[in-house]
Amino acid sequence: MRPFHYERPRALEEAIAGKTEASRFLGGGTNLIDLMKYDVERPASLLDLNRLEGLREVERDREGTLRIGALVSNADAAAHPLVREHHPLLADAILAGATPQLRNMATMGGNLLQRTRCYYFYDRLTPCNKREPGTGCPAKEGVNRIHAILGTSEHCIATHPSDMCVALAALEAVVVVRGPSGERRIRTEDFHRLPGDAPERDTTLDAREVVTAIEIPARLYGRHHTYLKLRDRLSYAFALVSVAVTMEMQEGRVSRLRVALGGVAHKPWRVPEAEALLEGRGPEEARFGAVADRLLQGARGYGHNDFKIGLARLAIARALHQAAAATPQSHVAKRIA
Amino acid sequence: MPDDLSPRGPETVALTLTVNGASHALRVPAWTTLLDLLREGLGLTGSKKGCDHGQCGACTVILDGKRVNSCLVLAARSDGSEVRTVEGLASPDGALHPLQEAFIKHDAFQCGYCTPGQLCSGVALLQEGHTRTEDEIREWMSGNLCRCGAYPNILAAILEVARKEGRA
Amino acid sequence: MMHHPLIGTPQDRVDGRAKVTGTARYVADFETGAEVLHAHVLNSAIAIGRIRRIDTTRALAVPGVVEVFTHENRPRTAWFSSSYKDDVGPPGKPLRPLYDSSISYSGEPVALVVAESYETARYAANLVEVEYEAKPHETDLLKQLPNSYVPKKRRSGINPPPRPKGSAASALESAPVKHVARYLIAAEHHNPMEMHATTVIREADGKLLIHDKIQGVYASKQYVCSVFGLSEDKVRVVSPFIGGAFGSGLRPHYQLFLAVMAAMALERSVKLVLTRDQQFTIAHRPETWNEVALGAKPDGTLTAIRHKAIGSTSRYEDHQEAVVNWTNLLYSAPDVQLEYELVQLDIETPTDMRAPGAPLGAFAAESAMDELAEKLGVDPLALRLHNDTQTDEVMNKYHTSKELRAACQLGAERFGWRHRPFAPRSMRQGRELIGWGLAFGAWEAQMQKHAARVMLDAEGHCTVGVATADLGTGTYTILAQIAAEALGLSMNKVTVLLGDSALPQAPVSGGSWTAASAGSAVHDACARLKAELLLAAQTQRGSPLVDAKLEEVMFDRERIVLMRDPMRAVSLQAAFAAGGRPRIVADGQAGPDQLTQLRYSSHTHSAVFVEARVDEELGQVRVTRAVSAVAAGRILNPKTARSQVVGGVVWGIGMALHEEAMADHNLGRWMNHNIAEYHIPAHADIHEIDVIFAEEKDMLTSPLGVKGLGEIGIVGTAAAVANAVWHATGRRVRELPMTIDKVLGLTPAHTEAR
Ligand SMILES: Cc1cc2nc3c(=O)[nH]c(=O)nc-3n(C[C@H](O)[C@H](O)[C@H](O)COP(=O)(O)OP(=O)(O)OC[C@H]3O[C@@H](n4cnc5c(N)ncnc54)[C@H](O)[C@@H]3O)c2cc1C
Ligand code: SF4
Ligand code: FES
Ligand code: FES
Repeated sequence: MRPFHYERPRALEEAIAGKTEASRFLGGGTNLIDLMKYDVERPASLLDLNRLEGLREVERDREGTLRIGALVSNADAAAHPLVREHHPLLADAILAGATPQLRNMATMGGNLLQRTRCYYFYDRLTPCNKREPGTGCPAKEGVNRIHAILGTSEHCIATHPSDMCVALAALEAVVVVRGPSGERRIRTEDFHRLPGDAPERDTTLDAREVVTAIEIPARLYGRHHTYLKLRDRLSYAFALVSVAVTMEMQEGRVSRLRVALGGVAHKPWRVPEAEALLEGRGPEEARFGAVADRLLQGARGYGHNDFKIGLARLAIARALHQAAAATPQSHVAKRIA
Repeated sequence: MPDDLSPRGPETVALTLTVNGASHALRVPAWTTLLDLLREGLGLTGSKKGCDHGQCGACTVILDGKRVNSCLVLAARSDGSEVRTVEGLASPDGALHPLQEAFIKHDAFQCGYCTPGQLCSGVALLQEGHTRTEDEIREWMSGNLCRCGAYPNILAAILEVARKEGRA
Repeated sequence: MMHHPLIGTPQDRVDGRAKVTGTARYVADFETGAEVLHAHVLNSAIAIGRIRRIDTTRALAVPGVVEVFTHENRPRTAWFSSSYKDDVGPPGKPLRPLYDSSISYSGEPVALVVAESYETARYAANLVEVEYEAKPHETDLLKQLPNSYVPKKRRSGINPPPRPKGSAASALESAPVKHVARYLIAAEHHNPMEMHATTVIREADGKLLIHDKIQGVYASKQYVCSVFGLSEDKVRVVSPFIGGAFGSGLRPHYQLFLAVMAAMALERSVKLVLTRDQQFTIAHRPETWNEVALGAKPDGTLTAIRHKAIGSTSRYEDHQEAVVNWTNLLYSAPDVQLEYELVQLDIETPTDMRAPGAPLGAFAAESAMDELAEKLGVDPLALRLHNDTQTDEVMNKYHTSKELRAACQLGAERFGWRHRPFAPRSMRQGRELIGWGLAFGAWEAQMQKHAARVMLDAEGHCTVGVATADLGTGTYTILAQIAAEALGLSMNKVTVLLGDSALPQAPVSGGSWTAASAGSAVHDACARLKAELLLAAQTQRGSPLVDAKLEEVMFDRERIVLMRDPMRAVSLQAAFAAGGRPRIVADGQAGPDQLTQLRYSSHTHSAVFVEARVDEELGQVRVTRAVSAVAAGRILNPKTARSQVVGGVVWGIGMALHEEAMADHNLGRWMNHNIAEYHIPAHADIHEIDVIFAEEKDMLTSPLGVKGLGEIGIVGTAAAVANAVWHATGRRVRELPMTIDKVLGLTPAHTEAR
């Protein structure tokens, strides 16, 4: 780690005022400290958010919007009765990620802002446009088993590794942020960005903004949801491909479908046109393939990750089946429902 | 991000920490992790470093009642906290924790390097109540890798204690 | 009134308490606090070429940095003789860290930063600037297959393939049924949970007390003495606990050299713990390509075996393993051709990794046997038993014992093999297809020259000392059992000391030879000790044992008892009093018996049965049941023995499904060099594993009848998993690991390439 100045702001305003390009907020630290040890993150100062009041609440308002404070730990969020009752999808996705120990530390805000697991990004002795703009992207012709197949650019083909964010995308959550000029609400969809020609930027968050909460609108999907994660071992591994689905049903028809993919792009991947293919109809298995094809339209592999296209197609169909059948995937029993 | 590459030393921070019941007032470089503080600073080498990056669970300790990877916790962040490590599982008179006993009985380790982490994780797991089924124990213990492959025996040890305590 | 036997009974580990309380001390646990310096290695970014410029100015300017060593300023005191070779080193020249500006693999050390704290050293290492002059490198085994060669110099201890028997080519040509296929196994890294580390304590008189992660302290001692030109009395290596090694600690690695170099140059104690990422720069199991051809008569009798393997090695050493011999060791055929070749790549030298060679060859051969069974329309177990060898056809020797059939029968019964439908895709539950597969395995039962010392005092306290290591293998416990039983003591009266070069010499612990060798040496020492004690007891005036011979007495509950008349006995105390010495020390020896070795070969065998459940659409594999039935001579401690085999099976499952070091051939570098992205099985991946030991009497292999268990568990397991996946899905995966994409057939196979 490079030497840094450690600070514990007592109020949110103080945290925001103290924030610069060269400083970092410290949430659980499970990603930031990790990257600092690898000399990938080199903050001049750390603003430890952990003592701040008012960022640890989970509440539900009269409209049914669930609001989860940015400092709520992933473990607490997944275990919270309001989350379990109203958004079991979110709990499932969180529990499919990392480990009990990491989830005890990791925060909602930090999870949103965790960085890619691209091997090259982590290895300071290799080139990487995300880590050092302009040095190149060796992943394109290198080891890219875990890399993206959608929304890539010639500059970067990394994925966003979060499970939680995939569920948030399917839930159309809103990220509440605060900066020097006040509060902003950003749709999850717009929160993470594609690499384009600036792969060093993961999100649309301004350097001086802090995430304060995540809000999830009320949805009545009951048990018609799933978080299906496929990975290289049955636990403690990032997704090769994951699928989050909520399927609201009315009289046997799909009234609203949301599908988000993880492990395939620089952000959770959604395609409204694909979702529309099932809306207003019965959840006919025969159409699941079409939904998958639309979601994966334009997908391309880079060698090692070619398989993700086929795998994602199968996973989407299965996840839709699970949601339709109201048999959400358990993260404990590893048999796929 | 502007890189400050000028060579310099770390700033230090003051903190208090209660470890296995004993309180410490300390001043450490800000970059010190809880794991390094325990091991190098306090000489509590029971907690192990198996990766230093949250990838193995060998450094698991119980921080304010919750299991965490101490390699990713800045010591500064744990100011005012209570830590329980493998050294603090047995009672002061030397009587082993039931899970320690069960680990020996079921041969739940070979080299023993992952064991302190497995034990802290297991003790927390029993508290959490994630011991209702074998599958549940397996999943909720998956944050502790064991290269010797003692998993079936670890499962047996935890299951035995969970059953005795009416948690399985 | 026989005392209770200890050997052969399940005993808790004697080091259990130390391990569950965190008091067992591993290398990095020594010397904490402010006195010790911490070192951190900077590794090369290129695979091959040279360092054009290395600038340590900024690193040196960091407060707390004591020194930065590079090839330019490393102390000349270090004696880099090219003649030094470690015991298990392959032909070639071992890596000489910081020797000169040349780089021979990506990850080779280029600088060592020594500082007052670990974090300071790591930080400063990142400030070292290195400019390289890179040369073209080659790290791709498959591309280099055409350049394979037969190693000119054989590695000692490794049997090269025997001369061909008959003509496999023409036998294959005319075989009514045949099977030919290629199999590929990815490079794997050992990744013991404890990272490689060395703590060097510089004592007041300049002597070095070294704690090193090594599978035998003498290997480190010899290395340090010979490389640094130190006399033997200047160096002591003490490593009582090793956090797993699996072969990665058979040879001294660069951290030992660097830590000692720094400690000597700076005249300070130095601790050097490699990072997890650096574990990928010291040793690995070589990526290995196989081609197997089997010919058979319609009744399943094998007529020809051809098995060729090509493994990768570095440019500076010809690492060799026994990959192909096992095939003919297990199966009989008149025409046999076994070949083993190497390809040199710009990588670090591979090193033995749990059962080196065997699971690689077994994956190929045991998959091939399954494929042949399918073609023949016979049960794969029946085919194996039909072709099972009675003698060692590779070395033309008798087996000292081989209860593979008995093991197989027990295993098959426990597993329920006879209920297995022949056709693949016959069993399913919901969306999961269920398959059952099996494989055989074998591993050498070896003895190594070993010494041991046993000391007994009048209170019946016994201390056993051997310089070998307990890597988690249970050596502490079995040696306590052996001594306690021999001397008629309870286990808690025996203290076992291991891992100290002040103790009687032992080789590195590996290859499953430690139980047999160290155990026999302890047994021998106890026998000598008993003889002396009896002599002492007989000097007692009016000794009731006066005319007793050693064979006529037994040692029981701290007494020496005449077996035919248990009333005639002398207590240990009385014997010691009569002998006039407070304690007796006896040295024991054990080693291979040359004559036996000439005529016999000795192996452990196993039959492993696996149930795999595979999601039909998504290819997710779960290994839900495994039975490993093992014939391994006498089992000293069924509890720790079972754990060893369970561990081996877990390794086999990892090899089958998870483990793969992925190289970027453009950069010539392993890329998933951490244990988040290099996957070893996690708890959720491992279900029921049953271990059965078949009774096997063998008094030829070792005086104790022991064969060793460290490796056998892994050998056939990966093949059994592959066979089970085939039986479940009908898809044959010939490349390990069988990741989801391969199980689904979404990734084209490399093995079609040649
Ligand atoms: C071995 C390993 C395995 C893992 N496996 C998985 C997995 O399978 N699935 C998965 O989803 N995740 C996985 N994770 C990642 C884990 O979920 C993230 O590290 C974690 O969610 C990050 O949260 P944190 O609070 O610790 O973030 P921190 O490390 O504290 O912060 C991460 C980033 O967010 C910034 N930040 C933090 N809080 C705020 C805020 N409120 N406002 C603005 N910026 C903020 C920080 O400055 C930093 O840049 C794994 C991690 C590890 C180490
Ligand atoms: S994919 Fe992105 S993060 Fe990975 S090497 Fe390329 S630029 Fe860097
Ligand atoms: S050392 Fe902390 S998780 Fe490995
Ligand atoms: S006991 Fe060795 S790693 Fe678990």
